[in-house]
Amino acid sequence: MEIKETSMVGTLELGDVEITLWPNPGKGIEIELESDVKLQFGGAIERAVREELARFSIENACVRLVDKGALDCVIRARMACAICRGVGVPYDWAKEDGEK
Amino acid sequence: MMVNSLGRELPEKVGSYIVRPYGSEAVETAVTVRTNRTAGTRSNGGSKLLGSIVAALEACGLQSGMTISFHHSFREGDLVVGQVMAAIRELGIHDLRFAPSAVVNLSNFSLAEYVRDGTITRIEASGIRGELGDSLIDGSIRMEEPAILRPHGARPRAIEMGELAIDVAFIAVSASDEYGNSTGQIGTNICGSLGYSFIDARSARKVVAITDTLVDYPCCPASISQQYVDYVVKVDKVGDSGKIGAGAARLTKNPRDLTIAQRVAEIIAASRRFQEGFSFQTGAGAISIACTKFLSEQMERRGVTASFALGGITSGIIDMYDAGQVRVVECSQSFDARAAGAIYSRPGVREIDNADYANAYSKGNFLDHLNFGVLGALEVDTDFNVNLLTGSSGRMMGGLGGGPDVAEGADISIVTLPIVRGRTPSVVRRVFTCCTPGETVACVVTQAGIALNPHHRHYGELREDLERAGIKPVTIQELQQLAEEITGVPEPIRTTDRVVAVVEYRDGSVVDVIRETVF
Repeated sequence: MEIKETSMVGTLELGDVEITLWPNPGKGIEIELESDVKLQFGGAIERAVREELARFSIENACVRLVDKGALDCVIRARMACAICRGVGVPYDWAKEDGEK
Repeated sequence: MMVNSLGRELPEKVGSYIVRPYGSEAVETAVTVRTNRTAGTRSNGGSKLLGSIVAALEACGLQSGMTISFHHSFREGDLVVGQVMAAIRELGIHDLRFAPSAVVNLSNFSLAEYVRDGTITRIEASGIRGELGDSLIDGSIRMEEPAILRPHGARPRAIEMGELAIDVAFIAVSASDEYGNSTGQIGTNICGSLGYSFIDARSARKVVAITDTLVDYPCCPASISQQYVDYVVKVDKVGDSGKIGAGAARLTKNPRDLTIAQRVAEIIAASRRFQEGFSFQTGAGAISIACTKFLSEQMERRGVTASFALGGITSGIIDMYDAGQVRVVECSQSFDARAAGAIYSRPGVREIDNADYANAYSKGNFLDHLNFGVLGALEVDTDFNVNLLTGSSGRMMGGLGGGPDVAEGADISIVTLPIVRGRTPSVVRRVFTCCTPGETVACVVTQAGIALNPHHRHYGELREDLERAGIKPVTIQELQQLAEEITGVPEPIRTTDRVVAVVEYRDGSVVDVIRETVF
């Protein structure tokens, strides 16, 4: 899938992450991360972002994250939301059932 | 490289500082204590009042390379450190050793700036949170000598052993007469206990009392006596009483903190030491204030009263005193305006010398008689070692305060903390900086359970008492694993070999060092 427009999700509350996602045609995935826990969790956060993009078969996108200590599940949920909005598709809840 | 008994790797020397590892040898105690105090004479009385801070600096003969000290009883409301340092810079004095009882974040003073311009080249305190601490850790500011961080009880020891010889002590007081009898209890801007500055008044070569309220001779009450004071300076304002609180004295509504506080009170009530005449120190954080309230309820229910409450005092403790639940309140520090005023108005609320509170190397201190000590922490590890200084973001987050003193002194030392803060686990495999040796921690209380330290001297007793009360502990490993399940496994923080601070224990031995972090 391709990101069609810029999407912005999340908040700057403690425990949340604010994600901005925008098109990056033909130039792959670019991630910019700002986080207080970057030293200890920067790698894990980037991994979560890449895995979520891959789950939606997104190959080109720019992602900017301003993380306020969000847990892994929060980052993945916010990413899924950002991707659906950027692509312009509703989230497929049935897929979730299949995975269980 | 050496390794101390806590498993922390230490260099043998940092700058000119020679490292004596924790747990290696006992300290010589039959030694004569040292002081820099000069005799002086003022047979004709008169006034010690000078017109300005600059005049006092000149009268004291302050020169480059000397050691200066302050107290932190005004906490973030302090206005004296900034005024004195500006005057020092004006005179072009530099290369000073800055040795306050603690460094707090001040709005009118940037310690980092004074280090950058060379006014200050050495620092000894209980912590260096704020811009300077962060800059030392990321290497953007470098000092030739490491910062020496000591718990509150270790500072008077270091002074009396000659390790920290103070040339000029600047003591902010809320009221003073022209002869130097002074106090923190009356005046426009009170801070309450001046406990941290007693050792400075007794030991510095020159002592300057700085006040905004001059009173008729003799100032009454007087905490700092005329016999120690060289000069008195009046300034417009010494501090803001409203900011002496370490946290607002309101009771937290955070259910996590309330749960932890409730558990602490239950543990105390379950202990066989919770009986008529027991003693406690709860501290001043959000959990502590709630804990004081829950403890008060337990005492009422059981009809037990305390002989004394110790340390940093909040209005919650004053309420307990007023209700007859505590016989004596021993204040080394006042944590809100009401607690600050209580020393003057209540005979059993006493201002005590910080050395009397926590110095293990004297003929006695209150911690020796403390039953329960409640402590906060940034991190605790599976060996029960406590980190009070550095955050996982590679920043300087706190100070040692009296943490290591209380942990060792109290019969039952209780460390309280949430298992995670945001995505940062607080119960970890190995603390980033060890500040309080695990062997002195009796138990760790989190919202997810209580862990008892099997290596603590009162482990057997506490385990039995909790069992009888139906409180089921978990292991510290279970708490650590739970934290890691929530946050994921943290990557280790990488450091260089460059040591920026040494963390001393009560006896002056080194528990750990803080190195520059690789970002």
